[in-house]
Formats: sequence, C-alpha cells, structure tokens
Amino acid sequence: MNNAIVIGAGPAGLSGAISMAQQGLKVTVIDEYMKAGGRLLGQLYEEPTGGWWNGVKESANLYNSALSLGVDFKLSTPVSNIEKIDGQWVVYTNEHTYTTPNLLLATGAAELPIPIPGWTLPGVMSVGAAQVMTNVHRVKPGNKGVIVGVNVLSSAIAMELKIANIEVACIALPRLTKVSEETGNPLTVMNSLLNVAHMAPSQLVKMGSKLMKNDFLKKMGITFYPKKGMKMWDIPIMLRKAVIEIYGNNSVDGVILADISPSGEIIPGTETKISADFVCIAGGLYPLAELAALAGCPFHWIEELGGYVPLHNEKMETVLDGLYVAGNITGIEGAKIAIKQGHLAGLTIANKNYHGKLEQEIQDALQQLNSTRENAFIQFHPDINIGKQKLQQYWIKHQQDIKLVKN
Amino acid sequence: MTMRIIDHPVLGRLNDLNTVLFTFNGETLTGLLGESIAAALLANGIRTIRYHEESGTPRGIYCNIGHCFECRVHVNGQQGVRACLTPLEENMNIISGGKLPTPVRDWRANNE
Repeated sequence: MNNAIVIGAGPAGLSGAISMAQQGLKVTVIDEYMKAGGRLLGQLYEEPTGGWWNGVKESANLYNSALSLGVDFKLSTPVSNIEKIDGQWVVYTNEHTYTTPNLLLATGAAELPIPIPGWTLPGVMSVGAAQVMTNVHRVKPGNKGVIVGVNVLSSAIAMELKIANIEVACIALPRLTKVSEETGNPLTVMNSLLNVAHMAPSQLVKMGSKLMKNDFLKKMGITFYPKKGMKMWDIPIMLRKAVIEIYGNNSVDGVILADISPSGEIIPGTETKISADFVCIAGGLYPLAELAALAGCPFHWIEELGGYVPLHNEKMETVLDGLYVAGNITGIEGAKIAIKQGHLAGLTIANKNYHGKLEQEIQDALQQLNSTRENAFIQFHPDINIGKQKLQQYWIKHQQDIKLVKN
Repeated sequence: MTMRIIDHPVLGRLNDLNTVLFTFNGETLTGLLGESIAAALLANGIRTIRYHEESGTPRGIYCNIGHCFECRVHVNGQQGVRACLTPLEENMNIISGGKLPTPVRDWRANNE
C-alpha cells in the first residue's frame, strides 16, 4: 500500500516524490519512458554564473535521491486511464492497476506540431526529438539540419546540436498558415525574441532590446532585417524567410525557402533550396494534461501558460480531492521551476497526511518557488506571472461558486 | 559512418558500451543494450521505421518520446510497439509495419 502515486518522472514528479518520501510517505512513481528525468534529460546549457546545466546529470541526481529514500519506480509503464472509485484514485497501466489516496499528475508538456508539405518524410522530427537523440541517446539526428520555428526552445536546442558538432544550416520561420499562426509571423516572432534578449547572444537581439522600445522601431527592425538572416552561435536566424516545403524521395533531402513580407506573406519567385538530411519542427510546448481531463478537472485556456491548464491553487491542489498537479502541466516553464513546484506539491500532500503540521514548510516552499520564477534564466512566456494571476482568479471564483451552491 | 556521439565536449565520453545483435526486417545489426530501438536504428543510419498502413509512404521518428506513435514496429511478433520507448534487447526481431489492404476503398475505385 502506498500513500501517493506520482505520474511522470520528470523534474516535478521526482522532486515531489523526494519531498513526500522525506516526510515518511510511501510513494510510487510511474513513467512511460525507460529513464527517469523526463524532458530534463535532454537539457544542456551554460548558466549565466558559469558552469553547465547538464540534464542527464541533474536527472540522475534526482532519481538517485528518490531511490535512496525508498521511492518505488515503475518506468516503461504507460498510464492509460485514471478514475476515482470509493474515494481512491485508480491508475490503469499497461500491466497492473494501482490504487492510491493521493495522486500527483506531473505529466509535463508536449510539442506543438506545425504541418508543412513533406513533413511526414523520415528525417523530419520535432526539435525535442533531435535533442533527446543527441544528448540522451548520443546519436546524431543527422549531419546537417534545418530548424523550422524560431523560439526559446529551438534556439536552445540549435546550440546543443552545434555543441555536438552537428551542422544547423539555418533556423527559419514556418510558412504562415491558419495552423502555424503566430509562429509564422515575423513581427510577432521578433517581439518574442526581444523578450529573451538575455539568453540570445545575437547582435540583433542584444541591440534590439535596447533600441526597439516602440512599435514603429520594431516594424522598421523587421522590415530591414537582413534576408540572409543574422547569426546566433554562427547559425543564421532567418526571420524574413519561411520553409514552404520539405523535399526528398524516401527521406529528407532538403527544404525550399521563400522570402516573406514583415507580416509573413510569401514573396513569389524568391524560392531557394537548402540541402539537409534532417529537419526539426519547433512549434513550442503545451501542457500535457489528458489525465487531468479524464479525472474530470475543470480547465482554463491561459495563453501565458501555454494552453489549457487544469484549475489548481497555488499549493498545487486541483478542485478534486486527492488530485494534485506540478510541473509543466500547470503551465510552460523551466525545469528549475518544475522542481520547486514538485517540492511544494509533495509537501501539500504530506501536510494533508499529517493533518496540517507542515504549514510553515509549505510557506517556505511557496517562497522558494516564487523567487526561482523571478530569477528564471529561461522564460517561455514573458507574462507568466499574469497567467498565474489569472489562474488564481479562476480558483477564487470557483471556490465562491461552490459556496453559493452549498448555501 | 557511425551516427554515434561517443565523445561529447560537455557530456563527456561514453564508456562501457554493451553491444548486442538484433535484426531489422531480416538484416542483422548491432546496437547498444538498453538504448531505444529508434536510437539503435538511427545509429545504423536507418531512418525509415515503418510504411504507412494506408498510403504506404515511409515514416520515421517524429516526437521521440512516445506521444505521436509514428515509430510503431513489430517486436518479436508483437504489433504496435513504439520504437522510441522500447529498450533494445539481445536478438530482438524487429519488423516494420507495412501497407495494409483497403478493400472497401479499392472496391469503390473500380466500381463507383
């Protein structure tokens, strides 16, 4: 018998399990991947303070701490359904069915695909797929790649590919369609890059963040943005070219690029070919929350958090008794924040188990989470705090509605 | 040419590589024990993992973490196994899925 089950062995799930085990709870962690660490596994970047954030190492540290505290792991175990029966959460996996009074969903995020003609050819993959192949499995996704989609994640992974000595021919926008939407609009993309100026050592972005304070200058910036791109870590970032097609017979041979206007329209007659043996599609991340939906959690669309998120309070409780969330299922943020969220959720569960003895620890964990968020090096959305405030408003409204129904 | 990154400037050198034999569509290949089937195939330069059931067009990995189900293969006779999530074992027999008959559509093409 366990006190809690955690679904997802990424940074949030592992730290949640560790916090609960430290408080003496019996915890089982389930994950469908063969290794613990989730998306943290692939991360590799140089910290502003010097030294490297090595996801493989960080994951191993968290996993080993959890193991030494007696946490039980079921890896390579996909969860297909959850439901509540007689006050217990029932977790269905490919082999066994588990029950628990407390269930922590730490399922993380998934990548948004951007359909492009030719995208089913072998050699086309999500940018995260290339990251995992390179840094976790240590197999090159190819010798020369093109990345489609300019954002925080794709620029970080472009650098990781370069470190592993894999050529990245360019990072360009996807063709503007109803599906690609904002990811295909040069002005919108440039604005979002200006928000991460501190991590993009590109001259444009460094200068741009200082110079391009108003909309007029931004518009001028994108109008005169060089067609051949500006280089970041020696990789051309093309904000005025879009990948309109991926070509090849039985696998990728290259992409067709076309010049685009500042608002993303293709300029006819400007098509050129770039040869490549792999293509990464980078559409950004969204919270992976199917299990919360199956459980019956109410959801809210919050742009700043990356999509639909299950309603929860700042202590990581959902509106359903015994169901908690942590990590990117609550909004797209970095791994360091996910770790703090997991810790907080773990303490909230332990506090319930010990009838409120851990209130002070919870307050400390909340404070740690907030300061980690304030000092985050990688920020996926500049208005994350506004997103979190919106969610808290929804939570307050939900609590008021419940009171009205009860009265 | 191997696609493996044995020496990585930051992550270091891979040591104690435990190689095993496996077959893919009847061809004998080497891979590393416990790595994903998808990684083992790519390390051998193989990108096409299956052929689409309806159109027969080639498919490779897309998401590499189990979400998209593009990398389904048959492993030791079991269908629908995700290559990106399944650890390689000694003597695994891996087969690509292929195009399946679409009798209703075929019948319509000739009769409607």
